[in-house]
Amino acid sequence: MITTTDLTKVYRSRGREVTALDGVDLHVREGEVYGVVGQSGAGKSTLIRCVNLLERPTSGTVSVAGQDLTALAGRGRGAPPGGSWGSAGSALRQARSRIGMVFQHFNLLSSRTVRDNVELPLEILGVSGRERTRKALELLELVGLADKAKAYPAQLSGGQKQRVGVARALAGDPKVLLSDEATSALDPETTRSILQLLRDLNRQLGLTVLLITHEMDVVKTICDSAALMRDGRIVESGSVSELLATPGSELARELFPVGGVPSGEDRTVVDVTFQGEAATKPVISQLSRMYNIDISILGAAMDTVGGHQVGRMRIELPGRFEENVVPIGFLREQGLQVDVAAIADGPRANPTPLLKEGAK
Amino acid sequence: MTWSEMEPLLEQACWDTLYMVGWSALIAVLGGLPLGVLLVLTDRGGVLQNVVVNKVVGQVVNIARSMPFIILMVALISFTRAIVGTTIGPEAAIVPLAIGAIPFYARLVETSVREVDGGLVEAVQSMGGSTWTVVRKVLLPESLPSLISSATTTVVALIGYSAMAGTVGAGGLGDLAVRYGYLRFETKLMWITVAILAVVIAIIQFAGDLAARGLSHRGRSSAAPRLVLLRRGGVSRAGKPAPEPERQDAPAEIETAEPTKVP
Repeated sequence: MITTTDLTKVYRSRGREVTALDGVDLHVREGEVYGVVGQSGAGKSTLIRCVNLLERPTSGTVSVAGQDLTALAGRGRGAPPGGSWGSAGSALRQARSRIGMVFQHFNLLSSRTVRDNVELPLEILGVSGRERTRKALELLELVGLADKAKAYPAQLSGGQKQRVGVARALAGDPKVLLSDEATSALDPETTRSILQLLRDLNRQLGLTVLLITHEMDVVKTICDSAALMRDGRIVESGSVSELLATPGSELARELFPVGGVPSGEDRTVVDVTFQGEAATKPVISQLSRMYNIDISILGAAMDTVGGHQVGRMRIELPGRFEENVVPIGFLREQGLQVDVAAIADGPRANPTPLLKEGAK
Repeated sequence: MTWSEMEPLLEQACWDTLYMVGWSALIAVLGGLPLGVLLVLTDRGGVLQNVVVNKVVGQVVNIARSMPFIILMVALISFTRAIVGTTIGPEAAIVPLAIGAIPFYARLVETSVREVDGGLVEAVQSMGGSTWTVVRKVLLPESLPSLISSATTTVVALIGYSAMAGTVGAGGLGDLAVRYGYLRFETKLMWITVAILAVVIAIIQFAGDLAARGLSHRGRSSAAPRLVLLRRGGVSRAGKPAPEPERQDAPAEIETAEPTKVP
């Protein structure tokens, strides 16, 4: 649904060049919720702005719903200095109207009521007055704010404002919704309700959602797929279950962080990833009974992702790795993914190099 | 000088001032508004970024603003004649007054429009809005309270300028105060004129503030200067839920309670 190929964006200011995007290839399938995570400055915002060409990429192509947007005439903001007159061309504007966008700071017009805010995209599309009102009220009903139609944004809470933002983004019947840190300015409770709303919309309307966030919880709660960005590149990407099944995946580790340091020398620390059927079996106690070993749990994180229980656990087995080959083999037989953490050279928790002891 | 002598003079002066200031303010707003918006649009990072246009327009505005009004009036004599057919009287004063006030208002418009959150512009662009849509649906409505405040300031400044219009025989209150009050030592008339001016300006300022306030739904006091008394009334009601759209108190707390942007 959304494909970017070799997307590059370089900002030039006062002779200095800053590469915000460095060859990004993104592929979002139709009907999925795709999350891009990364730290501040990783290029997430630039990426999402390039998708509807609010930022024109320096090179590379963006296509949404089979249409190559980069080929359309016009320019976004931040075009090279001395750029030509005229803003985005009409073809690009039309394409943009089929892509909804939700913002971190809501960006509602304070001079308009809630209903008028939702009507705005319809005004731009040239929809007649009565039809606009009907559609706006219908959308407000959908996001649960029908009673606030006549209120002004300043009278709403953050969560309500974002619901209006979502309703507005849906006004043009888009197939794609871009969410730029939509929940980052909200408290955890409200975040959950907005994510639930996005999830429902994704299911009910078959909406493809591309969201960027710095909160791992968001990915855990609603994303089917995710990508990790760092320094303008996509470091990892794939469906959440694929990522969890990838040994040494950074995203999996950040989604389910397991800390914990071994309690002493001569211990083997093992990260176990539970997924699907294996997650329901009492493997740890089985292991303990079968081999008569004492297992300490150093850290664990369990959650439900897309209706499946998944989780990671860091356990400690007595003895060196060589002595624990058999129990580890047992864990793998149970269909678990096992990574042996290399802690030997230092007591740092969350070690980056994991021995390539992949499953399968 | 008795009151019966003063009265017709004052009446005539009031009408002259109203006539000159009214027309020139109207022209200044009509001319300054697009100019101010153009300055914002063409500025670096603007929707129609164009450094050349921005610099040229900016310099023209600066030069026009740096010109003392009395010099401007003289400099424009031939232009005035071409437009209104005369160089004396209130009609002749309207031309330089308007020309002087256009750049003044344009700068105020520029400041007001620049205050509009760039995120709103981006939002409308993401909906497929054109530059014209951005101006019409975002920049102007969102800065309207501030634009009205600026217009009030412009009108008050025009009343001040109009005193100098006496040099081209345009009359008006300021001219009356100078010619009769100052030059003929009619102190009483001078003070009456000054008092009338003070009242007129107070009324204009009050009306402008009221309009700006009524049009602001932002729930913050940033856009328009508010009247202290009215504001105090608003603050004392804080804490109760806001029953009317005009109420500015409760939502303001929500606004400030939001965490700052984490990019």
